[in-house]
Amino acid sequence: MYKHLLPGALPSSMQLSPDGRLRHFLTIEGLPPLLLEEILDRAEQFMAIPEKQQKKAPLLRGKTVMNLFFENSTRTRVTFEIAAQRLGADVTSLDIRTSSASKGETLLDTIRNLEAMNADMFVVRHEHSGAAHFIARYAAPHVSVLNAGDGRHAHPTQAMLDMFTIRKHKCEFAPLKVAIVGDILHSRVARSEIHALNTLATGEVRVIAPKTLLPVEVEKMGVKVYTDMDEGLRDVDVVIMLRLQRERMGSALLPSEREFFKLYGLTEKRLELTRPDAIVMHPGPINRGIEIDSRVADGPRSVILEQVTNGIAVRMAVMAMIMGGNAV
Amino acid sequence: MKTLIHNAQLVGCVLDVDSKARSLGMADGKIAFIGDEPEGFNAERYIDANDLTVMPGCVDLAAWLREPGLDYKATLASETYAAIASGITTLTYQPEPAAMVGNSAQFNLIQDINRNLGYAHIRVLGNLTQDLQGERLSNMGGLKRAGCVGVTNGWQPLQSLRVQRLAMEYASTHNITVFIYPLEVALAAGGMVHEGAVASRLGFAAIPSAAETVAVAQTLALIEMTGTRVHFCRLSAEGSVRLIRQAKAQGLPVTADVAAHQLFLTEMDVADFNPLCHVRPPLRSERDREALIEGLADNTIDAICSDHQPHEIDAKLAPFQQTEPGISALETLLPLTLRLVEQGYLSLEQAIAKVTSAPAAIIHDAAGRLQVGAPADIVMLDLEALWTLEYESMLSQGKNTPFAGWSFNGKVRQAWLAGRHIYRTE
Repeated sequence: MYKHLLPGALPSSMQLSPDGRLRHFLTIEGLPPLLLEEILDRAEQFMAIPEKQQKKAPLLRGKTVMNLFFENSTRTRVTFEIAAQRLGADVTSLDIRTSSASKGETLLDTIRNLEAMNADMFVVRHEHSGAAHFIARYAAPHVSVLNAGDGRHAHPTQAMLDMFTIRKHKCEFAPLKVAIVGDILHSRVARSEIHALNTLATGEVRVIAPKTLLPVEVEKMGVKVYTDMDEGLRDVDVVIMLRLQRERMGSALLPSEREFFKLYGLTEKRLELTRPDAIVMHPGPINRGIEIDSRVADGPRSVILEQVTNGIAVRMAVMAMIMGGNAV
Repeated sequence: MKTLIHNAQLVGCVLDVDSKARSLGMADGKIAFIGDEPEGFNAERYIDANDLTVMPGCVDLAAWLREPGLDYKATLASETYAAIASGITTLTYQPEPAAMVGNSAQFNLIQDINRNLGYAHIRVLGNLTQDLQGERLSNMGGLKRAGCVGVTNGWQPLQSLRVQRLAMEYASTHNITVFIYPLEVALAAGGMVHEGAVASRLGFAAIPSAAETVAVAQTLALIEMTGTRVHFCRLSAEGSVRLIRQAKAQGLPVTADVAAHQLFLTEMDVADFNPLCHVRPPLRSERDREALIEGLADNTIDAICSDHQPHEIDAKLAPFQQTEPGISALETLLPLTLRLVEQGYLSLEQAIAKVTSAPAAIIHDAAGRLQVGAPADIVMLDLEALWTLEYESMLSQGKNTPFAGWSFNGKVRQAWLAGRHIYRTE
C-alpha cells in the first residue's frame, strides 16, 4: 500500500545500502563526506584514462540505463547518455512529455512498464520536487534511481561536477569562500551545491540575491546571506552564477533585466572584488548580459566549459559506484 | 426501545446534572433521564457499562463525504459506519465542486441516501455562491429552509471582497452562519506546504502563514461591518489564533475550529516528501502547533474537527505536488483529542467538549451533550484500551492517513444513534 511510511524511507537514508554503498543518488543532503570524496576520486580516475581505453573496461556491460526526462534538458541528457555509453551500458532516452504522460498514464505505470523492459537504472529529470524519491521508493529492488534534477529540490550530479571543478582548481575546500549568486529560490543546483559545499567542510558558503529570490530561512541550510553583491563577492575564491529565467521578470519577483544586471550581474569590475585567483562558474545555459557579462563568461577566470567536460566523468563515477564493481 | 446504561462514568453532562450520577436512560430517541431510574420508566434493556466512560457522540464539523459525485473515493455508507465506530454520531457534510449543495434537491438527496443507512446523522453546509464559483450568491434562504446548518465556499476563492461582503450580509439576513476557509489565494501562489525552512530545503513553492492571517483579518473587518456570524474553519497559523482571540475579546460573533492533525504534525513531517501529510492548510511550524493548542485551551478555538478527506489510493501515489490534499481522519478524531488529555493540555471534560458540545453549538444542534431531552446519541468508551491504527483495519474507504502505526488509548465499545443500538465491539 503506502510505502511512504516504511522505515528507512527518509531521502537521506534510502540512497545508501546497509553496507554504506551508494544505492540511489537522489540528493547530496545526508551523504557522508567520504562518499562525496570517493565520487570525486573516481571521476578523476575516469578523466585520466583516455576515452578509448574506457570502452575496453566496460563496467556496465549488459546493464540498461533509461533516461527519463519529464522536463526538457538537452545538455544534461546528452552527458548522461555519453557517460553511460562509455561505461558500456545500453542507453535509452525517453522524452516522457511527448509520450505516455501526455496520454494520461500515471508516473507509477510508466515506471512499471519500463521496469518490465529490464531497466537497471533510471536517470530521472522531473519538474516536481521529490519525484526521484518517489520513483526510488516504488521502483523494483534491483533498479537504481539517479536524480538528474527534481523541481527546485536537488540536482546532485551538477553539484558534484561543480565540486570536482572547484577541487581541481583549489585542491582543498576548508580554506575557501564560495559565493552562489542569483535566483537561489528556484534553483535546485544551488540547494545541492550548498549541501555539497557544507558536507565537504567549505570555509564559508555565501548566497547573494535580492530577498525575492531567496528562500525563507535559507540561512538554516548553513549559508551566509548577502543582498549586496559587492559585499558578498569580497575575497571569495569561487563565484557560482545561477541562470535567471526570463519569465521571472513578469512575475513581480524582479523589476527588470537591466536592474538585475546592474545590481547582481557579474562584470569584470565586480570580479576585482574577489580573490585575484578566483574562478567563475555557471551551471549553464548562460544568459549573457543578464546575470553575467560576456567578457567574464569568456574570460580567463571562467571555467564554465570545463564544467561541462567534467560532467561526463562525474556522471560516469556515480553510475559506476551505483551499478559497477569497485575497480575502474 | 427503552434502554438504561448503568455503572458508567458520565462525561459531557450539562452543569445541572448530579456529578455522582452513574446511569442514563434512553427512550424515544432521546435521553430520558440521567441518574437514578425514575419510577415507571420500565427499561426494556439494561446495559452494565462496567465502569467505562459514557459520553455524547462526537459532532464533527467537517467531513468531505464525497457522495454523490466522488463515490470512488468514499460513500456515505462507508464513511458513516466508520464514523459511528469511531465515536462520531454527527457529521457535517462539506460541499465541494464535484459534490455541491446548491439547492434543496441536492440537500434532500444526501439525506435520502443517509436515511436508509442510519449509522450517523449528517448535517449539511450549503454552497455560499452559485456552483461555488465565487461570483453570484447561492439560494441561501432556500438552503436554510431545506435544512442546511450553514453556508461555505470551502477552499474555492471568492471573486472579490465585495462578493464576500455581500454574501455575508445576505447570509445574516437569513440568520445563517458563514463558514470561512481563510486563505488569500494570491499569497498562496500555487504553494502546497508551509513557507519555512523545510519548504526551502525541499524546494517547494510554499504558502506563507500570512496567506491565512490576511484572510482572517479581512473577514474580521467585514464582520465588524456586517455583524454576520462567522465560523473560521481549519486554523493553522499562530497569527490567526491571535486575531481571533482579539476578536472574541471584542465581542464579535466568531467561532473557530482546528483539524486534529494540525495539533500533532508539523512541517517536519513532510521532510521525506510524505504525500500522506499533504493537507490544506499545510502543516506549519512547531510554534504554530503550540499556539493552536494554547488557543484550544483558552477557548479561542472552539472545536476540533476531523477534516476527513478520504481518497482512493491513486490520489496519493505520485510525487508530492501531484497528490491530492487531505487525510482520512474520522478514525483518529477522538483518539487524537484524547491524546491532548494524556499530554496534559486539556482536561477530559474540556477535550470531550471540543468534539461534542462546542461543535454542536456552532451548527445549532441539540446533540453533543448529556442532557435530558437531548438526542440519545451516545458512545461508550474504554479509556484504558490500547490499540494501534493499521491500514487493514480502517473502516473508511480512504486509507490515506499518516497516523498508521500510532498507538492510542481509548476505544469505542458501543454506540447508540437516537437511542438505537448501532455499534458494538469487544
